[in-house]
Amino acid sequence: MFGNLTWEAFRHDTIQSMAVISMVFGGIGIAALLFYLKRWKWLWKEWLTSVDPKRIGIMYMVVVLVMFCKGFSDALLLRMQQAFSVGDSQGLLEPGHFQEIFSAHGTTMIFFVGMGIVFGLANLIVPLQIGARDVAYPFLNALGFWLFAMAAILSLVSLGIGHFSTAGWLAYPPLSGLEYSPGEGVDYWIWMVQIAGVGSTISGINFLATILKMRCPGMTLKKMPIFVWSILCCMVMVIFAFPILTATLYMLTLDRYLGMHFFTAGGGGNFMMYVNLIWAWGHPEVYILIFPAFGTFSEVVATFSEKRIFGYLSMVWALIIIAVLSFIVWLHHFFTMGAGPEVNAFFAVMTMVIAIPTGVKIFNWLFTKFRGRVHFSSPMLWFFAFLLNFTVAGMTGVLLSAPPVDYQVHNSLFLIAHFHGMVIGGVLFGFFSAFTYWFPKFTGLVLDEKLNKYAFWCWFSGFLLAFMPLYMLGFMGATRRLNHYDATTGWHPLFVLAAVGALIIFFGACIQVYGLYSTLKNRSKHRDRTGDPWNGRTLEWSTASPPPIYNFAIIPTVNQLDPVWAMKRDEAPRPVCHYEDIHLPINTAIPLYMGILALIFGFAMTWHIGWLSIVSFIGIVTLLILRLSGHDEHDVMTVAEVKKIEAARGSYG
Amino acid sequence: MQPVEVIYFREYIAMLFPKGMIALEERNLLFILQAIMLLIVIPVYILTFIFSWKYRATNKKEIYDPDLVDNKLAEYLWWGLPFVLTCIICAISWIKTFELDPYKPLVSDKKPKTIQVVALQWKWLFIYPEEKIASVNFLQIPSHTPIHFEITADAPMNSFWIPHLGGQIYAMPKMKSVLHLIADEEGDFRGSSANLSGEGFAGMHFITRASTEDDYQQWVAATQQSMQQLGFEEYEQLALPSTDNSEEVYQLQDEDLFDRILMKFMAPKGQ
Repeated sequence: MFGNLTWEAFRHDTIQSMAVISMVFGGIGIAALLFYLKRWKWLWKEWLTSVDPKRIGIMYMVVVLVMFCKGFSDALLLRMQQAFSVGDSQGLLEPGHFQEIFSAHGTTMIFFVGMGIVFGLANLIVPLQIGARDVAYPFLNALGFWLFAMAAILSLVSLGIGHFSTAGWLAYPPLSGLEYSPGEGVDYWIWMVQIAGVGSTISGINFLATILKMRCPGMTLKKMPIFVWSILCCMVMVIFAFPILTATLYMLTLDRYLGMHFFTAGGGGNFMMYVNLIWAWGHPEVYILIFPAFGTFSEVVATFSEKRIFGYLSMVWALIIIAVLSFIVWLHHFFTMGAGPEVNAFFAVMTMVIAIPTGVKIFNWLFTKFRGRVHFSSPMLWFFAFLLNFTVAGMTGVLLSAPPVDYQVHNSLFLIAHFHGMVIGGVLFGFFSAFTYWFPKFTGLVLDEKLNKYAFWCWFSGFLLAFMPLYMLGFMGATRRLNHYDATTGWHPLFVLAAVGALIIFFGACIQVYGLYSTLKNRSKHRDRTGDPWNGRTLEWSTASPPPIYNFAIIPTVNQLDPVWAMKRDEAPRPVCHYEDIHLPINTAIPLYMGILALIFGFAMTWHIGWLSIVSFIGIVTLLILRLSGHDEHDVMTVAEVKKIEAARGSYG
Repeated sequence: MQPVEVIYFREYIAMLFPKGMIALEERNLLFILQAIMLLIVIPVYILTFIFSWKYRATNKKEIYDPDLVDNKLAEYLWWGLPFVLTCIICAISWIKTFELDPYKPLVSDKKPKTIQVVALQWKWLFIYPEEKIASVNFLQIPSHTPIHFEITADAPMNSFWIPHLGGQIYAMPKMKSVLHLIADEEGDFRGSSANLSGEGFAGMHFITRASTEDDYQQWVAATQQSMQQLGFEEYEQLALPSTDNSEEVYQLQDEDLFDRILMKFMAPKGQ
């Protein structure tokens, strides 16, 4: 009846129990609050069944926030363990639990925070920047979100029922194979990544089509904002890379469930093939994560320098070249496999070549400031922190890409410092910049600048303190993923330093949460009625904050880059006021139901509950057929309604 | 831990203060590449600082030219400059990748010594086929003699790494990888696994003792008298998972032990 699921799965140590209890109570608390405020219907109608990309984008942000809290708690536990677990002391965590935590940390941060940021920003910003009212495939978009969200929930379920994988965030076989990891952990990992990955592919298709087909009149590819270009390249990478992940995971699934031998050590399997395949997805994946940050900084630097981005075409070509190269460098993740020098040297050169377009981007950002007017607002501060960290991490990246150097620092904490420089210094700082920059657009509120700056300095100094010692630890021979080390290694002081850095970051994150709370509480003080608090340049700043459901009452026509900036300088005509009926897709609950069924399916497969897997799978297929056989229905918003909304907005124009 | 050791910090930084030729070459490559990159990164930092300050919004005296949006010459310069530096970095790395290929035997007037390494759950087994001895979590080598390591695993994939002597290579079940290292100084160096291999992974470290040829021979002779024997049957006991193993030495009963371990994975399933 319940497959492999027994009471044993509910037994946990203190730390895990505390996490589960707080999660359950948090859930109950939110549900109770919704009952108390009688907001269930509102939640259902306005959010859960919405296909509005702005709503979906905000829901992505909520999931990202929750999952970031989880991933960050994991990180703090890891840092505490390594600060205390030296010599005779074994620290707080058992080896198995420690390994669960770092596996969960990586999985959470990449799949549920990083990818959430990518698609969240795409949902929020892309339709507005291309002057569209909607996305190309609203249903697919919602489905992509719900698969992503339900996969995140599956990862939270694994906290309470059974255990997470202990095989690392990429689950290399043979360690992740049935022989060495017989438990449910790797299965949980497979299904949460699989569900989230399918969601990503689906969303990627939607945004590629949206950008290619739904741009407003006059916006040729060469007049698209760089942010949209970055998302376009990003989605092309998603579409090419994620099917590799899906196929690879299916093969691992077959190994684990049906005893096949794709990646086993014995029986003619070849586990290094898994390592190749997973990185053939994994390397584009890291660029998928960083591209929206590149795009964001291109917008932020231009806006806060009051100048158009320098060398627009170079910026676009740099993105395209990086996107192409990202697919032919995967082997640099395992030079130590022992391939011949010809193979290693080829991949080394391909990797190093990426430094050229990346360097060009940095020069163009730099020269955007040249003869501009640079404002040191917090989105710009994140850019400075990014520039510093990203160049350091970029240099260490080039060092890692030279095979002989890589032999010495591969899988050491040097590598950890390098890629955290990329994902924190790049992806996360980019996201914070984007968050501060676009927050007013979607709430009509400008975040508290003073608190933003406090948070920034905590993050920046905390980051340096937490990760610079790791470079040195790498040189000292400290490998990643150690739950314990001897005092004679001399690593202890540096690990303590890194832990202090993590605490400072934690403090910064707390200030950010408080800043969010305080801004929402003191709404009147932070209100922005203009819809354009930063003297913006692109189309999203021409509509209200928050934008009406249809984004633009009149579809804009553009004749150059930065149309809003041009309009303000009277270089471009202002739109003629001529309203028309607006067609919008209607809400649908099918994506949510499919997501829930996918969650049940993943859970049932993890615990080998056969009947439930079959039932939920049939459910998914049935809903899909139902949807495919239905008509695409639209809501029509009449001119009168549009006029009413626009009049309420007041004196724009 | 002795206080003296703490003060003598550099002893801990294996990669920057190497004890073997390979590690030295790898470190030097790191320094060269880093220096070349700093040629471009330091000016970028300085320019960032200058531009941001000079063109700050509050400084109304500076020129403001919002229409300065491209300059072909400037862009040629910063496509070209990174291109040239990258070419240099690529060329150096290419040559060094061939020179420091882990499979390439080291040039030396001494005959290389073969040591076979097996990563187990969760300990390292070292087999000295010529000396007919074996050891666990302890590796003794003569200094100034090239060592030819043959490496495999009877466990999930590990990575064999002695940072003082040189870079790592994966230890993979059913596959044999090769690594050539040499110790140019005597001393005890920490070695470990650099790839997650399961529960006891953190305990998979060992001492590498590089000693003079005489000391090495003495150790071999003593080990050959060891009370513990290692044949295939004893090996299968040893290969069972265990954590935080102490150092052990064995007389080697089965000279082909390493090959038999490799062949375990070649057999059809169920045999």
